[in-house]
Amino acid sequence: MAAFGNGFPLPIFWEPSSSEPSMVDLVVTEDASLLLNSARVRRSYQADRTFQRLTLACALFVAILFAGIIWSLLDGAWPAIKAFGVSFLFTQAWNPVTERFGALAPIYGTLMTSAIAMLISVPVGIGIAIFLTELCPRPLRRPIGIAVELLAGIPSIIYGIWGFFVLAPLLQQYVMPFLIATFADVPILSSLFAGPPYGIGIFTAGLILAIMILPFVAAITRDVFEAVPAVLKEAAYGLGATVWEVQWNVVLPYARSGVVGGVMLALGRALGETMAVTFVVGNSHRISTSLLAPGTTISATIANEFTEAVGPLYTASLIELGQILFLVTFLVLAAAQFMLYRLERRAGGRS
Amino acid sequence: MNQARYLRRRIKNGVLLGLSAAATAFGLGWLGIILGTLLYEGFSGIDLALFTESTPPPGEMGGLLNAIAGSLMMGTLAVIVGTPIGILAGTYLAEYGRYTRLAFFVRFVNDILLSAPSIVIGLFIYDLMVPTLGHFSAWAGAAALTAIVIPVVVRTTENMLLLIPNTLREAAVALGSTRAHVIKRVTWRAAQAGMITGVLLAVARISGETAPLLFTALGNNFWSTDLNAPMAALPLAIFQMAQSPYEDWHRLAWAGALLITLAVLVLSITARILESQPERR
Repeated sequence: MAAFGNGFPLPIFWEPSSSEPSMVDLVVTEDASLLLNSARVRRSYQADRTFQRLTLACALFVAILFAGIIWSLLDGAWPAIKAFGVSFLFTQAWNPVTERFGALAPIYGTLMTSAIAMLISVPVGIGIAIFLTELCPRPLRRPIGIAVELLAGIPSIIYGIWGFFVLAPLLQQYVMPFLIATFADVPILSSLFAGPPYGIGIFTAGLILAIMILPFVAAITRDVFEAVPAVLKEAAYGLGATVWEVQWNVVLPYARSGVVGGVMLALGRALGETMAVTFVVGNSHRISTSLLAPGTTISATIANEFTEAVGPLYTASLIELGQILFLVTFLVLAAAQFMLYRLERRAGGRS
Repeated sequence: MNQARYLRRRIKNGVLLGLSAAATAFGLGWLGIILGTLLYEGFSGIDLALFTESTPPPGEMGGLLNAIAGSLMMGTLAVIVGTPIGILAGTYLAEYGRYTRLAFFVRFVNDILLSAPSIVIGLFIYDLMVPTLGHFSAWAGAAALTAIVIPVVVRTTENMLLLIPNTLREAAVALGSTRAHVIKRVTWRAAQAGMITGVLLAVARISGETAPLLFTALGNNFWSTDLNAPMAALPLAIFQMAQSPYEDWHRLAWAGALLITLAVLVLSITARILESQPERR
């Protein structure tokens, strides 16, 4: 219930129940004889209705936009769906000459780069959030927090060209040879870090993605941590817990669904990210066991090949890739929203 | 015994908190290096020609004028079309629909659109406009950017309107205003700064978007203001030039990247200042 200053049970037009008469109806039914005589009132009543319809139309437009995306992707991908069916998902071949297309390599690349990105950015992001909420000297807290948020807004193409010009050569010269040499004799790792150091590849793309989504993860996690009621933490400190024990046993469990939701939002970003990845992934439709080898992702494939695609089947296959990407990110983002919504509702219930 | 346990807990605490401080140094370090490189490489490429000449052939001097103009034109169009739609839709969610099922659905869909991969938006607009018109065009580029502006504006508008206390609305209704009047004269006015923030954030967002422009506006190496033809855009120019083998183009790409970053930072900082300012009107 919306609180009223003096407790009058007035009909409020923004109450949840839809059976409630709207403000407009009230005016008309109760005072019709008095008000409707005036042309001016009728005019403003009309203007009111028009405005409401206008806002409704715009809200519907957003829904139509969404439906339009789904429809147009389905429509554009139809030739490929008809030609390849489910096998599209499990075929590694990508041959424009013979018109044989399969999504396995881009799907693998997308999942692998995102996995690398999450493995690095989630622990580091949580570390930053803990630092910002507990350890950081107060005067530095706001500046660092703001810096992190501003960095989260930097366009991905910046990360892309930095990765291409700076990170990839660096990795090729120093880091990759080191990884290859170090893990040469370790059973599984030797195949993960094998082959010549190209500099570009799945590993480099994952690293760039990690750097890119790090500020995002850190900012969201910090917000969630800050929402943990101070009483809970104080109670734990009162029992003699150390700072770490409070974080691990009180803050994290309380903030769990928020952190998971934020992490999934970040995952949604990583999966669909185009520009940061396209520069450094290598664009090779071959699945290699080595993380250092060039590969491709769904978005990189579309970005690189779409304008050059000749023939309806080639274009349709690229659009079907886009459709798969949209579907996967949709599921991830929907799950993220569910988690965040749950957190919001719980926070609302407790306060 | 107890002493040893206490010591162990303190050591664990110290180690893990040390790690979290190290994580901060690690994360901010990377970002610092990126910004440092960008400033260093970018500033060495900035000169007057950057703003007065169009894309040069490799090996000659030139600038990014056509790309800057293209980005501004398509961005402006997208904001002009997207802002009213976004504000009205956000108004519906906050004022009329608030608890209706339709509003829940639109809110959900809008949040998906907000973080959906932008390359998919590009595919959508391509499918909608390019085969129909028969060619790539700045119109299609602007449409793709509009589809990105709308969800950002919807979200911030709704959030800002929800912050306005209901007592304000009730006071206006008590004076006999119609609902439309209340919204236009009271709630919008009270939420003004926040709504402008939303538009600024949307501009910041589209100024760096590359993926949706790749196969809508396509890019153009020449000066063009024809909205019916392919048009250059700053991010597209960066993408093209960075992947080329020419040293001069790399320099221009860095300069362009610096321009975009500065624009985004200025916009987000302005938005932040606006947002944090207490309401006076």
